[in-house]
Amino acid sequence: MRPFTYERARTPAEAAASAAHVRGARFIAGGTNLLDLMKLEVETPTHLIDVNGLDLDRIAETPEGGLRIGSLVRNTDLAADTRIRRDYGVLARAILAGASGQIRNRATTAGNLLQRTRCPYFYDTNMPCNKRAPGSGCSAIGGITRQLAVIGGSEACIATHPSDMAVAMRVLDAQIETVKPDGAQRVIPIADFYRPPGNSPHIDNALDAGELITAVTLPKPIGGVHLYRKVRDRASFAFALVSVGAVLQPDGSGRIALGGVAPQPWRVEAAEAELPRGAASVAGRLLAGATPTTDNAFKLTLATRTLSAVLAQARA
Amino acid sequence: MRGKRGRTPFGNAACWQSRRIAARPASRIKEGAALENSLSIKITRRSLLKAGAVSATAMAAPSVACAQQAAHGDMQPMAATVTLRVNGTARALSLDMRTTLLDALRENLQLTGTKKGCDHGQCGACTVLLDGRRVNSCLTLAVMHDGAEITTIEGLGTPTALHPLQAAFIKHDGYQCGYCTPGQICSASAMLEEVAQGIPSHVSASLTERPILSVEEIRERMSGNICRCGAYSNIVDAIVEVAGDKA
Repeated sequence: MRPFTYERARTPAEAAASAAHVRGARFIAGGTNLLDLMKLEVETPTHLIDVNGLDLDRIAETPEGGLRIGSLVRNTDLAADTRIRRDYGVLARAILAGASGQIRNRATTAGNLLQRTRCPYFYDTNMPCNKRAPGSGCSAIGGITRQLAVIGGSEACIATHPSDMAVAMRVLDAQIETVKPDGAQRVIPIADFYRPPGNSPHIDNALDAGELITAVTLPKPIGGVHLYRKVRDRASFAFALVSVGAVLQPDGSGRIALGGVAPQPWRVEAAEAELPRGAASVAGRLLAGATPTTDNAFKLTLATRTLSAVLAQARA
Repeated sequence: MRGKRGRTPFGNAACWQSRRIAARPASRIKEGAALENSLSIKITRRSLLKAGAVSATAMAAPSVACAQQAAHGDMQPMAATVTLRVNGTARALSLDMRTTLLDALRENLQLTGTKKGCDHGQCGACTVLLDGRRVNSCLTLAVMHDGAEITTIEGLGTPTALHPLQAAFIKHDGYQCGYCTPGQICSASAMLEEVAQGIPSHVSASLTERPILSVEEIRERMSGNICRCGAYSNIVDAIVEVAGDKA
């Protein structure tokens, strides 16, 4: 791990200003992803801004009837919140499907959204990777791609976003609240938060330099059956090959997003109109234009079957 | 700095070590070596393992990552001070800013019950209780926990007054090599508390009803603790016994 300086931020605005002031600064909250990557020198911050002391660790009801989740709410606490369990079950289920008890105790809401890809070439500093070292090339294309994206990638990068929680947030139309170094605040819909890799896969999301996530808000509950089904290479504590987050209504309508297949939670609202025609129709529309490799073409079939299982579970 | 030489000889860690040792003033190296020797007069399993790790480090070939490091700036390691409450006692520490909670426990406080397995949060051998909750001590920095309450396996029970889980692991033979055991036991103690609080898991049928602690629940909730000897069925038996006593 390379040397760094360290400070404890006292307010969100101060943290953002500090991040903009020091070149190579990074925020640290749970640290479960950042420290892993710092040990491998995939991440090499010169300065860490510890945001754990900020007053951003509560879940509050909004005037609109939704919930405002502080960015520092730990994954365990978010999944355990009785309002989340009752009204946003897909979110509780998605969080509980990810990582381990130890990691969920530390990982935060914002940190979960911001976690980096688990593409093996991103992790291997001996290999080219456009996400880690811009312009160095993509080792995954033509490499081992079983875990990687089948849709939404580019000729520069086919990494997936690893989060389960973000898939549920996308289904729920969550909004991300931030503060910038100049103190300005803004709200980013999660649909606009993750950036397609294009020619600059080193930029994961829409945040500007130094911009700090302060909360994630959920609109008022939409009812329905909430399901999250995750398929992986072992029964627990593994990243998704394919996951399906769904909220399905008694009238047959619903919302669907996929994890494990793209650089972001993959939702195509138009595909949800296909729900009355069944899983194959929905998946066909969701994954239209997919460009799988020989190694991961199975994900297209797996996504269709997992969705089929979810729809059957909702009817049961 | 003696403890730093005991780090894992894997991958970039070896590269990091050689750079650190090379940058250290010569007098410090001698001092460290003398300390190492004095402690190794009585040859223990630990000192043998440590000597092996240092040898492996010395043999590690330079890698691309090392070349990248050389091109990086000349930033010097920063010192930090932090006070942790470990097993009920306040411990003031002066350490390298980069020190993880795991290394602070093992290398600075000589609490070697907490084990370093993967050092990346994947195996759970380093599990300790941080303010009562189980965490991977390898994935957090000591400096981030000034004033925090840490409980390690040494604080959970003593040889004469075992924690119920320690006694149950012995009774059910919940280990072979024993390396994952402190992490398993710390994790299990917090896991039972999570169940008592009504926190559901991935395999809980209902999100709103209180979870019932089945074998399936224990396996899911303990998935952050790997046992490469494969003592899982006995580990589950030990936890079931303690959970049954609690119910």
